[in-house]
Amino acid sequence: MLTKRIIPCLDIKEGRTVKGVNFVELRDAGDPVELAKIYSDEGADELVFLDITATVDKRKTLAELVTKVAKAINIPFTVGGGISTVEDVKVLLNAGADKISINSSAVKNPQIINEMAAEFGSQCIVVAIDTRNVDGIDFVHTHGGRRATLLKTQEWAQEVCERGAGEILLTSMDHDGTKAGFSNELLAEISSALSIPVIASGGAGTMAHFKDVFTFGKADAALAASIFHFKEIGIPELKRYLADSEISIRN
Amino acid sequence: MKIAVIKYNSGNVQSVLYALERLGVQAELTDDAEKIRSADKVVFPGQGEASTAMKYLKKRNLDTLIGDLKQPFLGVCLGLQLLCEHSEENDTKCLGIFPVKVKKFVPENSQEFKVPHVGWNELEDLKNNPLLADLPANPFVYYVHSYYAELSNLTLASTHYIHDFSGILHRDNYYAIQAHPEKSGLVGEKLLSNFLRI
Repeated sequence: MLTKRIIPCLDIKEGRTVKGVNFVELRDAGDPVELAKIYSDEGADELVFLDITATVDKRKTLAELVTKVAKAINIPFTVGGGISTVEDVKVLLNAGADKISINSSAVKNPQIINEMAAEFGSQCIVVAIDTRNVDGIDFVHTHGGRRATLLKTQEWAQEVCERGAGEILLTSMDHDGTKAGFSNELLAEISSALSIPVIASGGAGTMAHFKDVFTFGKADAALAASIFHFKEIGIPELKRYLADSEISIRN
Repeated sequence: MKIAVIKYNSGNVQSVLYALERLGVQAELTDDAEKIRSADKVVFPGQGEASTAMKYLKKRNLDTLIGDLKQPFLGVCLGLQLLCEHSEENDTKCLGIFPVKVKKFVPENSQEFKVPHVGWNELEDLKNNPLLADLPANPFVYYVHSYYAELSNLTLASTHYIHDFSGILHRDNYYAIQAHPEKSGLVGEKLLSNFLRI
């Protein structure tokens, strides 16, 4: 039976792992390759690396990191952060990334999703959507959630699916960093409407939140960062808990 | 031991090379017929679209070469599908090593079953074969695919998604895995190291 995936997310700045609380305050949580290896050994199903480096050397340092990770670990991983062209994708896939994720660049130029999917296949194109609820309506936000757009989240999710995205990574900016649970209603609405997998992100605080996001939220995978980095929840205990809760999980 | 990894227009071959490297073997990525013919083992990875891949193989006469090989041969993902007889992906005639048809997943309920089939799923009904030696019961492997090979008497292990399909196929010196062993943790490593011992 196909299992639900647990995905630790590593935020990367200049080759080091960081995690922002609500994306503003950054804390150092170690060496990405070492951390990736630990998570892989502990039973993480996949990893996501989100690069927030803003320097001119960004592309080169990221490709170098991807090569190091690909040599060290034997589970799939996705790389995102500032990817905007077909050439960016080619460099990262050739370095050993399994999938790439795009966010602001897709909002700015939706056609890039079609181009990337045609060139490399939908299976390696993840579209990340940051969403925030404004007066009862869910709107897509860009630039780490700081910039609002006029796109309604549900409509944008449908559009990226039609344009050839292979998966959607949906982050609720209202829930991110709160540890109060995932945005289950919105996730369920989007996951039910789409024919591609949805990765839930933002709000994980307890093991029960993961159970809820797989049942009520109908998510195919759940992503979290700080609770794993600061060892508030261990992946082995989380997977045991989910298996005991009759969630289909890889053990 | 000389391992040739067949080079063609397919994505993410690098991961297969790294996985072999982690097992302590140096593999050469090549489309040179002589190098492939003289290798001890041949790996045929793949990700991409079937008809484009077949055109590329034919243009370089790699299609006939693959059919003539006698050493242990391992197809992975699209590599498995290309070893079959025919794929529904753009109505493509494939290499025909396995007399098996490749079809597209068509879910009856698209909420319950999404396509592609992405993630970790179990290999079931494992046959007694050196490729599957010392694996745990119903081991998990990582899948990413929209097309699948039907069950056949060549099926070494099946996987269930919507219905049962061939997870692993075997005929003579030809082995093929639909999942990505290079991304399937310890189980994947075991499959690859078993193949290297065949």
